[in-house]
Amino acid sequence: MSQDDILQKVRKIVSEQLSVEETEVAPESSFANDLGADSLDTVELVMALEEEFDIEIPDEAAEGIGTVQAAVDYIKQKVAV
Amino acid sequence: MTTLGIELKRVVITGLGAITPIGNTQTEYWDGLLRGQNGIDRITLFDASRHDCRIAGEVKGFDPHAYMERKDAKRMDRFAQFAVAASKQALADAKFVINDLNAEQVGTLIGTGIGGLKVMEDQQEICLTRGPDRCSPFTVPMMIANMAAGLTAIHIGAKGPNSCTVTACAAGSNAIGDAFRLLQRGYAQAMVCGGTEAAITPLAFAGFASAKALSTRNDDPAHACRPFDRDRDGFVMGEGAGILVLEELEHALSRGAHIYAEIVGYGMTCDAYHITSPVPGGEGAARAMQLAMKDAGLVPEDISYINAHGTSTPANDSTETAAIKKALGDHAYNVAISSTKSMTGHLLGGSGGIEAVATIMAVEGDRVPPTINLEHPDEACDLDYIANHSREQPVEVALSNSFGFGGHNVTLAFRKYR
Repeated sequence: MSQDDILQKVRKIVSEQLSVEETEVAPESSFANDLGADSLDTVELVMALEEEFDIEIPDEAAEGIGTVQAAVDYIKQKVAV
Repeated sequence: MTTLGIELKRVVITGLGAITPIGNTQTEYWDGLLRGQNGIDRITLFDASRHDCRIAGEVKGFDPHAYMERKDAKRMDRFAQFAVAASKQALADAKFVINDLNAEQVGTLIGTGIGGLKVMEDQQEICLTRGPDRCSPFTVPMMIANMAAGLTAIHIGAKGPNSCTVTACAAGSNAIGDAFRLLQRGYAQAMVCGGTEAAITPLAFAGFASAKALSTRNDDPAHACRPFDRDRDGFVMGEGAGILVLEELEHALSRGAHIYAEIVGYGMTCDAYHITSPVPGGEGAARAMQLAMKDAGLVPEDISYINAHGTSTPANDSTETAAIKKALGDHAYNVAISSTKSMTGHLLGGSGGIEAVATIMAVEGDRVPPTINLEHPDEACDLDYIANHSREQPVEVALSNSFGFGGHNVTLAFRKYR
């Protein structure tokens, strides 16, 4: 899966989970600061990403995923393994 | 009026909101009641094909996004969506604006019988089939019963007293009564209060059906809910919310608010008898009515109309009839009584809310809604239940009854504002 494929999927999921337009979801967007996610939204978002990419994101890793790009980077190294 | 040396304030109703099986505004609801509109049909909210009862009074065409952002609606169970929507309607109707200056003087008190049952059932299934780590982080905040009151306060910005009554089918009336008490004693200037429910779910239908509480007239939903009729065979579940804006009289007058009616009495008792059955003879319910009248300084002859609990179960309707006779004596035969559940079904904790709306509209407009499907009155039900057609008549004072599993009996008294 290419970086771009991952980005498109992540943008779609983020848009659905946080009820924001996909066009508002940029790689540099911060979930909390730009897209209005609170702590519960973040947990739900991580769960949705886990399901979509069939991976596990441990809590410690999830805490470090604050932006769309950070999510893409994390998923990329997970699915590449 | 004083009680225990405390000067009690008068409390009036200045706003009404309703999401019901016969209309999603207070106006549609009231017009529907006066027309005798049936709100009962086959269940569409879940696949009920394996259930003994397959009929209900569903809310139709409700769009939560008319009242809240998409994201807020998604993290809210249907019972809370109904409450937020009806509360916003009631505040708009009252032309009451909550701002930084008055927010701490406005409270919220919304009852529910069960809470977010749909979310509870869905997440339980996920927990068992896919594992505990797949449960939504919104599971608990969506299912807990107090969240209708909590979310409504968030959405309207009410920072005053906030609570939730969970007294089964009496919950909505308890919420209004408790809000009335808070305002009488000056703990707030206005209270957004009432009841909400959204329990048309597989588990609720399985449980109520096992308890033999539900009508199984599945082939004829329009005539299934028939309070006081000899052929009644159980209650029909409804859903929705009824919300009032209660306001301290001087506060309402100072802002030139429209006053629908005055709330003057609140009676609350317990049968202390059985978890689901009313005590034979209805002495607990009778005492609730007597206490509400005493609270308001009323005598039986003052009562023009009673919005009955009238569930259409064999036990309730005859027992409630006996209770009305016990409470009102010979005047019971002169009082207009109706069960608007015949049209909406039984909204459990929401019923006290929408039935208060109906009772208040009757007091304001001197029109009483009917009991539909009353074709052959039960021998044990020999009072005037306003069979099938609404009636114009003076309504000076009216009572609204709500009784709940656990033996809770609640009566509210409303009087024309003068």
